[in-house]
Amino acid sequence: MKRISKLGGSVFDWLEAVGRAGLLLSQSVFHLPRSIAGALSLLGKQIYSVGYLSLIIVVVSGLFIGMVLSLQGYSILVKFGSEQSVGQLVALTLLRELGPVVTALLFAGRACSALTAEIGLMKATEQLSSLEMMGVDPYRRIIAPRFIAGLICLPILSVIFSAVGIIGGEFVAVDWLGIHDGSFWSLMQQSVVFGNDVVNGIIKSFCFAIAVTWIAVYQGYECTPTSEGIGKATTTTVVLGSLSVLALDFILTAAMFGDF
Amino acid sequence: MSMVRSIYSVLNKENPLSEYYVDIQGMNFSRGDRVIYDDVSIRIPKGKITAIMGPSGTGKTTLLRLIGGQLYPSKGHIFVNNQDVPLLSRSDLYLLRKKMGMLFQSGALFSDMSVFENVAFPLREHTNYSEDIVRDIVLMKLESVGLRGAAQLMPSELSGGMARRAALARAIALDPELVLYDEPFTGQDPISMGVVVELIKRLNDSIGLTSVLVSHDVGESLSIADYVYILSNASVIAHGTPDEIRNSEDERVIQFLGGLPDGPVPFHYPASSYADDLGLKKS
Repeated sequence: MKRISKLGGSVFDWLEAVGRAGLLLSQSVFHLPRSIAGALSLLGKQIYSVGYLSLIIVVVSGLFIGMVLSLQGYSILVKFGSEQSVGQLVALTLLRELGPVVTALLFAGRACSALTAEIGLMKATEQLSSLEMMGVDPYRRIIAPRFIAGLICLPILSVIFSAVGIIGGEFVAVDWLGIHDGSFWSLMQQSVVFGNDVVNGIIKSFCFAIAVTWIAVYQGYECTPTSEGIGKATTTTVVLGSLSVLALDFILTAAMFGDF
Repeated sequence: MSMVRSIYSVLNKENPLSEYYVDIQGMNFSRGDRVIYDDVSIRIPKGKITAIMGPSGTGKTTLLRLIGGQLYPSKGHIFVNNQDVPLLSRSDLYLLRKKMGMLFQSGALFSDMSVFENVAFPLREHTNYSEDIVRDIVLMKLESVGLRGAAQLMPSELSGGMARRAALARAIALDPELVLYDEPFTGQDPISMGVVVELIKRLNDSIGLTSVLVSHDVGESLSIADYVYILSNASVIAHGTPDEIRNSEDERVIQFLGGLPDGPVPFHYPASSYADDLGLKKS
């Protein structure tokens, strides 16, 4: 009986958390800012900290993943005499899957963990309370710019990741393994459909951005305001964010490319 | 719910004749199983300094958070400027808070802004003053707490007492109608303490703001307060003017004011027998 009541309690806790997360999002985003210039200034700062500062890790990861993809693809395709198609393989893999997914995982680890820790520390040092007592809504001042910055930055980072990955793939395939550059690029151009591959990749990325940034700001805002609580919330952001990305990826891939 | 709020907002139109800025009636508040307030009523007169005192853990800071609408009571009413805080909508609560200033125990300065920017923050958020006026107001507020020279320092470069003084400057930046002070004297050296005591008194005398002062410092609090409440064991154990409190014959008040370890107010948090905890049994 105790187990059942404990299970019931957990379900109610979970439902309450979902409700609170929904309220946090609706009260943060679906309101017009008091001043457009002020809101843009806050957003700019967050785009710098969430997006620009994540650029290095995304570019370096994209480069190496593109290079590895090219090398692995070549080693298999050469057995069938179709090593010229390596450009096609690299581009489709990056644009459809690895670009959005790996960028979102990196983003969850680099930017979202920082967001949770920052908001959690603001809570622990009573900065959020002092905003409230000054009549400034922390949802609009703290949560909204961070959430919107995440939505803007992740799709852009994902496109940059894929572009750099393709350049890395070209470097290995053409400059190192000696595939003709005309074949590399023309086969890629032939097989990649902008609407189907590039746009779908960006849509995926946007959905991932909603999930991971929402989790990050919610975990930060609702964390226990202690060093242990902030640490736990940061870990939860990365774990839950990463799992959400992978689960969402399956659903979105089935919806976008599952029409066999 | 919104209809109830609308009716309430009509009934609760500000009454300029009301004598009390904060009127708490029959309030209950608990954290888990622990009762913090049990049917507590406190009235804070307009334009006066009211000190809230009591042993650690009696919920003095919690009281300030209840007044500010950051916590909700399980029962009772908390009227601030004739508005029942727990029944206010989110937007009305934020409007009400613009009339309040709160000095947090930790200071709660924004760590990514300089002292100057911290004090300027509420002015920039809630007024359309030009930068020159904002600058002048900030420097005046900082001068009043002795930190004009520290305007460009970051909060991490301040001592605890300085951070609290900077936070005090921020709390009074908009000249609010109600200021809630949470332990304003903690960490202040004797000179700064004197200045802060004088400043709180002067703010009250000159612009007539209402002050709620939560403090353990008996001497300083009684020296400037117009009225005093002493809380213990989830209720108000005494209230009156500083002279009435000083002359109180209540044992709990005498123990608290005299700082005596033995008396009706327990020094120890409720616990089982010390001998049992140490595993000592009577032979």
